[in-house]
Amino acid sequence: MTTRIVELRRGILKKNDELAAALRDRYAAAGVLVLNLVSSPGTGKTAFLERTLKELRARGARVAALVGDLETDNDARRLAASGAPVRQINTHGICHLDAEMIAKHLIDWEGAELAELDYLFIENVGNLVCPSSYDLGEKIRVVLLSVTEGEDKPLKYPTMFNSADAAVITKMDIAEPCGFDRELALRNINEIRPGIRIFETSAKTGAGMEEWLGYLAEEQAGRDQARRTP
Amino acid sequence: MHELSIVASIVDTVTESVAAYKGARVVEVRLRVGALASVVVDSLEFCWGIATEGTALEGSKLQVKTLPVVMHCATCGDVELDGVQSFRCPTCGELCGDLRQGRELEIDSIEIEDGEETA
Repeated sequence: MTTRIVELRRGILKKNDELAAALRDRYAAAGVLVLNLVSSPGTGKTAFLERTLKELRARGARVAALVGDLETDNDARRLAASGAPVRQINTHGICHLDAEMIAKHLIDWEGAELAELDYLFIENVGNLVCPSSYDLGEKIRVVLLSVTEGEDKPLKYPTMFNSADAAVITKMDIAEPCGFDRELALRNINEIRPGIRIFETSAKTGAGMEEWLGYLAEEQAGRDQARRTP
Repeated sequence: MHELSIVASIVDTVTESVAAYKGARVVEVRLRVGALASVVVDSLEFCWGIATEGTALEGSKLQVKTLPVVMHCATCGDVELDGVQSFRCPTCGELCGDLRQGRELEIDSIEIEDGEETA
């Protein structure tokens, strides 16, 4: 009986990573800035995105959104009220979106062809664990945290916070009654993801939205430039 | 949370790889899992038996090597972190944002028995 070792050195999520890389190339070729929004359930991703879509459209930007949930198309209907093209992805039990689901939902999407868009937002399934492992080809992963959740969320879910490119604190309008310790929250985010851009926002009052929209515009402009310079 | 699908993906990859070795039986599968990979090793082991049943991996062992987070500190170079609760350089105390290791989720190698390479 002989045994031997065979070196494989293969990523377990290689299939997803390859699909995500292909998506990233498509986004870049189309000149669309793609963002993946992740948070716990109830953080306010949809409310934040509703406001973002509305404000961007008011500024003349071409936007669209894909939204993931286990069931219902409630979020898609809310987001569609902004006038932007929106598609719901129902995962039927799967705890995250993956690159294959995104690719599938980009097919035959009239009015939201990638080349016709400036921004594509992907609202992930509410979950701070599994979505961190699945690259969707996005340029920017945005992690959201609400003032009702506790300032130690970044410490409890370090993988997600560490893999994010920007952080958004939501529901700042109720920070005070919630006894939200702003300094502590900022410190914890920075401890897990040093130097990350943090936006303190309220979708209800519009606080912090200007700064957020400014950031989006900068990133979109940077993307254009990257496209022009081979 | 999705450990079963991760195991299923490992089974697929290994099955494909051993197809090149006629009659081979997989003895052990060795993984490299970073501290930031969000994978629970106990859960992988829990579904291993069921997921490998009736495949070339049936009866095989799973060996997981956990990799610590390694950050690049501007002053001290590559430094290994103890845990994932703070991304400060353990030597100088500065925060470092430049991750060099910790997100790995890969099959390193497999040990097989009685296989003859046909390819």
